[in-house]
Amino acid sequence: MKILKLIFKNAFRHKLRTVLTIIGIAIAVIAFGLLRTVVTIWDSSVDAAQVNRLITRQSVSFIFPLPYSYKEKIENIQGVEKVCASVWFQGIYKDKNNFFARIAVDHETFFDVYPEFDLSKDQLEEFKKNRNACVVGADIAKQYNIKLNEPLVLEGDIFPGRWEFVVKGIYKPKHKNTDGTQMLFHFDYLNERLIAESPLRANQVYWYIVKINNPDKSAQISNQIDALFKNSSSETKTETERAFTQGFVSASSAIITAMNFMSFLIIGIIMLVLANTMIMSSRERAREYAVFKTLGFSAKHLIGLILGESMLIACIGGGIGLVLTFPIVSGFEKVIPKGFFPFFFIESSTIILSISAAIIIGFISAIFPIQKALQTKIIDGFRYVG
Amino acid sequence: MSSLIQIKNVAKSYWRNSLEIPVLHDISFDVNEGEFLALMGPSGSGKTTLLNLIAGIDRPSAGEIIINNINISELNESALAKWRSSNVGFVFQFYNLIPVLTAFENVELPLLLTKLNKSERQQHVETALNIVGLGDRINHYPKQLSGGQEQRVAIARAIVTDPLILVADEPTGDLDKNSANEILTLMDRLNSEFKKTILMVTHDPHAAERAKLIRHLEKGDLV
Repeated sequence: MKILKLIFKNAFRHKLRTVLTIIGIAIAVIAFGLLRTVVTIWDSSVDAAQVNRLITRQSVSFIFPLPYSYKEKIENIQGVEKVCASVWFQGIYKDKNNFFARIAVDHETFFDVYPEFDLSKDQLEEFKKNRNACVVGADIAKQYNIKLNEPLVLEGDIFPGRWEFVVKGIYKPKHKNTDGTQMLFHFDYLNERLIAESPLRANQVYWYIVKINNPDKSAQISNQIDALFKNSSSETKTETERAFTQGFVSASSAIITAMNFMSFLIIGIIMLVLANTMIMSSRERAREYAVFKTLGFSAKHLIGLILGESMLIACIGGGIGLVLTFPIVSGFEKVIPKGFFPFFFIESSTIILSISAAIIIGFISAIFPIQKALQTKIIDGFRYVG
Repeated sequence: MSSLIQIKNVAKSYWRNSLEIPVLHDISFDVNEGEFLALMGPSGSGKTTLLNLIAGIDRPSAGEIIINNINISELNESALAKWRSSNVGFVFQFYNLIPVLTAFENVELPLLLTKLNKSERQQHVETALNIVGLGDRINHYPKQLSGGQEQRVAIARAIVTDPLILVADEPTGDLDKNSANEILTLMDRLNSEFKKTILMVTHDPHAAERAKLIRHLEKGDLV
């Protein structure tokens, strides 16, 4: 009890120095938490991919289209349950900075293929029966104050012109890592206008989402799909949704690696700051440690005193940092465009890593002062003039 | 009177790089139980080194120090630390109190290593502080006390475990004349009334006069 009191009193003997160190640790933990959140969110898009979904795209790149006629052929393969054609529409909603995914999809199959996009039965029926209907995710509905049955207008860029829709549904993401920021509308609505205005671009899609009934056969079915279109003008590449998403994430791997590196670099820097504080403190207390040793306090007592002080400072800083990480991540989420990170939350692994980082900082920072205190002879300690 | 402390052919040298610096040469003497011994000598004569060896905070290069039939030169570090905690009370020139602890907490420090419970510790601390006349200052921090009062707290800390011997290194060296007299009177009382064996290093003849026996050291030899 007394030792704990002494640890606490020692830690705050130089209030300004300790407070500055605590602030430094807190900032480091916040930065670490924020960077780790971005990294884990990036990775969790891969985790969100389902094992029973395949993505079929043009073999060279998904920026090249595939004929819409492929859909029927893919549907006929044994083991395929549903096929949904998709076209990345993009367009501008009110302002070009309002970024979220806007995709033309097969309205009949999309919500069967993506059951984690939770749309009520009534709204699904309304969506299906209205040609110009669209469905938006609850997150962007909230962000842009989009209401049911209201018009929604996009200014086309990839597909020029004014595109008018009516919001017939607002879906809710079923899971924490389900994208709640998409706008979905009928592929037919897009295609019919293209037939009239740009016939060369009509009847083309950019990827198919293929729902299969047995994930164990994903490789076999993928091969079957690609074999169907071999030597055609538009050969396909089919892979699991996870592999497809992984491809996107891999494209950003250099950025992710840099962020990962930075997050740990920050921890390393703050470790040096705390170590410096602890070294200064223990040097100033060389005489006191000599007194403790003289009175009969053993090495384990001194280790407890120094390690306890270091851990106390690190844990207070880490705790404050962790508590502040939540509102700061939440604020960060509000500032960035909604569609840039479809979902943004602090993973439990980030919390565990932040706590671990604080503990490791406290532990490692105490090593050198402990070593110094134990190695210093009592008589040398008394000679020290701080 | 029986010999409580036996110093047999003790020598001590320090090393600076490869250069040996002898500090004590073949010192032998006994200290009886209940003695109040003053070690005197000029700076560099080795008196503090000898006191440190007797107190078990340094080790001799040669010879033996036997205290109450225990050869402390043979004890390992942890055994020596344990021995010090129950057998030696220390009084330093610069008091060496822990500044963030109150007088009570400073005096209580050595008792934290014992099996005494909280109320027993409190009783011991209050007794020790009453003996040194600071029963009314238990909640004061060192910076709220005068030099003489700080030294009295240090003496209370030294006696709170009821040690076998009390070692004092220039206990009045940092005090004015009146405070020094108070401290010497207190030590006198500890020796005469509480039968404490006291070894005091001093270069102040006035302080040494209070001891029952004076030994002089010069250039590492007893003279």
